[in-house]
Amino acid sequence: MGALLEVESLTTEFVTRGGVVRAVDGVSWDVKEGETVALVGESGCGKSVSALSVMRLVAGPEGRIVAGRVVFKGRDLLALSDEEMRRIRGREITMIFQEPMTSLNPVLSIGRQLTEGLEIHLAMTPRAARRRAAELLTTVGIPDPERRLAQYPHQFSGGMRQRMMIAMALACDPSLILADEPTTALDVTIQAQILELMKDLSRRLGVAMLIITHNLGVVARYADRVNVMYAGRIVERGTARELYANPRHPYTLGLLRSVPRLDEPRRARLDPIEGQPPDLTRRGAGCAFAPRCAFSVERCARERPGLVPVGAGGHVSACWEATRLGRAPAMR
Amino acid sequence: MTAERPLLEIRNLTKHFRVGGGLFGGTAGVVRAVDGVSFVIRRGETLGLVGESGCGKTTTGRCILRLERPTSGAILFEGRDLATLNDEELRAVRRRMQVIFQDPYSSLNPRMTVGQIIAEPLAVHRIVSDPAKRGARVRELLGHVGLLPQHARRYPHQLSGGQRQRVGIARALAMEPTLIVCDEPVSALDVSIQAQIINLLEDLQREFGLTYLFVAHDLSVVRHISDRVAVMYLGKIVELADRKALYDEPLHPYTRALLSAVPIPDPELEARREHIVLGGEVPSPLNPPSGCVFHPRCPIAIDRCRAVIPELREVKPGHWAACILA
Repeated sequence: MGALLEVESLTTEFVTRGGVVRAVDGVSWDVKEGETVALVGESGCGKSVSALSVMRLVAGPEGRIVAGRVVFKGRDLLALSDEEMRRIRGREITMIFQEPMTSLNPVLSIGRQLTEGLEIHLAMTPRAARRRAAELLTTVGIPDPERRLAQYPHQFSGGMRQRMMIAMALACDPSLILADEPTTALDVTIQAQILELMKDLSRRLGVAMLIITHNLGVVARYADRVNVMYAGRIVERGTARELYANPRHPYTLGLLRSVPRLDEPRRARLDPIEGQPPDLTRRGAGCAFAPRCAFSVERCARERPGLVPVGAGGHVSACWEATRLGRAPAMR
Repeated sequence: MTAERPLLEIRNLTKHFRVGGGLFGGTAGVVRAVDGVSFVIRRGETLGLVGESGCGKTTTGRCILRLERPTSGAILFEGRDLATLNDEELRAVRRRMQVIFQDPYSSLNPRMTVGQIIAEPLAVHRIVSDPAKRGARVRELLGHVGLLPQHARRYPHQLSGGQRQRVGIARALAMEPTLIVCDEPVSALDVSIQAQIINLLEDLQREFGLTYLFVAHDLSVVRHISDRVAVMYLGKIVELADRKALYDEPLHPYTRALLSAVPIPDPELEARREHIVLGGEVPSPLNPPSGCVFHPRCPIAIDRCRAVIPELREVKPGHWAACILA
């Protein structure tokens, strides 16, 4: 299947009091039709800004996309007029956010929030839109849709609101959903419900998904391919199976080793990644991970490594020592 | 249970909150946030307290710290009932029970330097009265939590999340506590930093003989750090056991569902693993279900679960569960 979305050398900067922060630093990644791709990383790594850049929702004037292309179905979204972009945003590409309460309008009924997009984007009559809205609630597992449509967000629980967000994202039959930490604010049992729902919907409706998360377990449960980000760049990419079984970037390896796992015997001590997250206003010439890296060599401080093939299925890593890492003991 | 007296003993702790909203400002109902909870914490151990939001785990911790006044029940610290202590005695006991919060940013005064934040309790409680000695003690405490002397001059906003949590830990340590209630101490931190803080907490426990009540929702982290674990659901403890027994042979269907819900960072394992996905959501503590509070979501519930409130009973030695089918 061909690429649905191709992000090429995307660079997004923010002007802050501390200087210019390059939140996304020339990243390239793609999502194929019907596929679920993950952007994984910790706070400040640029994963959310990447998604906002795709949607052209980076808040100006502090933030702006300074370079790159975002090609969706053959068209560069960054070259579209605002009007053309509005026809894609919310219709062909939609978003699910972490905090449903802040992304839903508290004074509009659930029904109205669902029908608005249908009437605007698909020119449905209010009646048809209402019928479709009820269907959508059923699709996402909200029982008694007729009664629920008349209610307001505050009458919904956290899990229900996230289901509602998914219904809104699905409303206009998009081909791509960008989900930014969709289950982070939820309890584990509700997280499990929402993940199952999203997995089922992506399979059933064939919609492609970009999932943005810091949770390696969530990625393992339902991403096909994974991009690991650190300090605004992609440091490793591969199929989920390949990347977890054979991590070839020290940061990926560090992340996987630092979390305690329920399926393994308890370790006497955890292996953290030492040091602090990088300061993006002071970027050196070398690899941004080098100061925290157990494998770093002299070259790492001077020269920034690019992504190079390290394994099957498009597995790439941006590390001078990737080969040495391949011989490091695996995770268990 | 050993003959030694536990450091802390909770007997039938209950905390109800009245909620307004009734006509003419009356009471609309009573939220049973903590509903008859009993457990002990042994000296030097870590007791993990897990559960989902609203299960009462944080309120339990706050009652122990006397940040909330319990509705009923007793909290005994070294055998003395906190409710019977006078103000002065209570102050002395509270000094020995400290807390580490989830969000170090909102629990540190932004206008004070790190040094001032750590020195303040030393001065207020006259632990170190001499200002010169206080500076030395602050530097020593910074060292214990892996920070440098120069961090004393920084403000909280100049630190990373992990460093701020270290300051929160240093402030708790300043009081020379016996018990520390850790309320979700790593859940706001990045994955790579969480392990640093967990290792630090373990080191400090060994070095200073600390006892922890570790309140958290992350079951993997709780398994790593705890000696024993209590699982709460809707204000009640549903299971309590040694770490190994609880994780290897969970007896309560809620514990089993929780463990199954935790995604494991291994795609191959996830693909073949069976997931118990609970239906529905946690019911409102304003109007809890009859019988066993878990029965509406329980995959193995029988008719009797609707009527009978299950007692927390010792199903195997040291392994307690509140389920009639356990």
